[in-house]
Amino acid sequence: MPSPTPPTSPSRSPEEGRAIERVTTVVLGAGHAGLAASHYLRDRAIDHVVLERGEVANSWRRERWESLRLLTPNWQSRLPGHHYDGPDRDGYMTMNEVVRFIEQFAAVSRAPVRTGTAVTSVRRVDEGYQLATSGGPIRCRAVVIATGACNQPVVPSLRDAVPASVTQLTPFDYRWPDLLPDGGVLVVGASATGVQLADELRRSGRPVVLSVGEHVRLPRTYRGRDVLWWMDASGVWDQRHDEVDDLDRARRLPSPQLIGSPERRTLDLDALSASGVELVGRLAGVRDGRALFSGGLRNVVALADLKMERLLDTFDEWARGDGAAEPPERFAPTRVPDPARLQLDLTRGEIRTIVWATGFRPDYRWLDVPVLDGKGRLKHDGGVVDSPGLYALGLPLLRRRRSTFIHGIEDDARAVIDHLAGYLAARP
Amino acid sequence: MTTVDNGVNVQALLDARGVLKDAPDAAQFTWRATSTWRNGVHSTTRIQNFFGLGQEQSHKSETVFDADHPAVFAAEDNGITPIEYLLVGLASCLTAGVASVAQNRGIQLRSVESTVEGQHDIRGILGVDSDVRNGFNDIKVTFTIDADASQQEIEALVAQSQKRSAVFDALTNPTNVTVAVA
Repeated sequence: MPSPTPPTSPSRSPEEGRAIERVTTVVLGAGHAGLAASHYLRDRAIDHVVLERGEVANSWRRERWESLRLLTPNWQSRLPGHHYDGPDRDGYMTMNEVVRFIEQFAAVSRAPVRTGTAVTSVRRVDEGYQLATSGGPIRCRAVVIATGACNQPVVPSLRDAVPASVTQLTPFDYRWPDLLPDGGVLVVGASATGVQLADELRRSGRPVVLSVGEHVRLPRTYRGRDVLWWMDASGVWDQRHDEVDDLDRARRLPSPQLIGSPERRTLDLDALSASGVELVGRLAGVRDGRALFSGGLRNVVALADLKMERLLDTFDEWARGDGAAEPPERFAPTRVPDPARLQLDLTRGEIRTIVWATGFRPDYRWLDVPVLDGKGRLKHDGGVVDSPGLYALGLPLLRRRRSTFIHGIEDDARAVIDHLAGYLAARP
Repeated sequence: MTTVDNGVNVQALLDARGVLKDAPDAAQFTWRATSTWRNGVHSTTRIQNFFGLGQEQSHKSETVFDADHPAVFAAEDNGITPIEYLLVGLASCLTAGVASVAQNRGIQLRSVESTVEGQHDIRGILGVDSDVRNGFNDIKVTFTIDADASQQEIEALVAQSQKRSAVFDALTNPTNVTVAVA
């Protein structure tokens, strides 16, 4: 057990001639991950601050569209010492509810959050790290990066070839359908974001074309229970990062085609087709004002159907002999248009808007420590970054498959802060 | 315990994947063919050398392909038509993929047969109707596979082989093509 460290105290640094604040550990980001880190740091009496560029739960407040609800049911919204205790255990939180939930957690755990504090640089110094922040420099021995996995929308470079007459939006720009010009929309990407926006835009009366690459198909409910109940209960989410065959690929897995809705409806490609959304293949290029789509739509759909069947087999195997459960279900293969369109003229006015639902990535431009791989991803082993005293939390499949979801943070934060405490204790 | 052997050296492929992950330059290959007009619509294309792993490489021998058109095109039929070569490429690429994926997944293959059909409306190349495209309008590949595996596993083999197929990608996605006169 490390001994409690002295409280934060300003001191003078001769090299910079201004007060450098010293603190043992700095947590970056006051979302669910940073606050969970703070919870365990407090448990161990490790002196720390949580720096937040905006407000608590900032990206849930500012970087999400209006209708979004969590993909996980309320009963799965668990944080260390804090859980959903409302009446609708099977429902899905709206963004306002998520913000309130995380705010309550910050209050209950009395996290030392400094809002409105942007970090512009983190670099290694003798005994730890020096941070440049909008509130002045800070020196610390350990840093926990909890700035999130979805700081920036990823947009393919072929956006530059799209005619100027077409409005282009990312999910960060999108709030609700009325903000778009009237007319047709091409939604590129069929993970959770893409299918939800395609659905909402179609319901607004617009013609919608959905460009579909590799994706993950899931029913919302299976054998009478939420599909994420099955992921949790059957142990799929317990798989550790060092047990996964191809970790790199597993961490890049697209989010499943799910929506959190009061009626618990399934939002797969068949549901979208039924509502009038036209499916096309992956957007492969834009040439002479024409969007060109892959002719491989049938294969990505077959891959997703096969993977879903294997997952359902896993559930059934786990549940064998459970007489209480409803009988196994199988779903018809996804239908695709025959033939699917391979080209779409973007200059004709049929499509007025393109929505790029092509994924997100973290932003590490402020991180001046050489711990990124060639693709700009943070190199870490279960949240332990390859630089002494540097840690990460709140990334997909950080330690287990469960890590990708809010309730995965409890075990992750406990383990990572355990390691951090051991590191501090070994170097008093 | 039986050992699965489809004749694919999967370990070498996995090793190459590991090495090339940190050496993207070595992964840049250039495949080459040289073609000579014979007479009429008959041409001969030769393939031997290519570039890869940072240096010139060579097949162990040269292969010569004759392309021509059949009698119904009023030609001498000295070889298959160019568009049929695409079927050769697609079938052989997907078959190689099935064997590799099966080896990697520990599935013993006994036989892998496939038929490839490309639907082609020749009014395009003849300039009869400008709304008809020149190339295939649909390609259908049907595999018949005998292996120590369930139907679902076999379908997954075929799906995965498409996912990693160079020719499937080249046929389904647009590619920039530059044709110049030297």
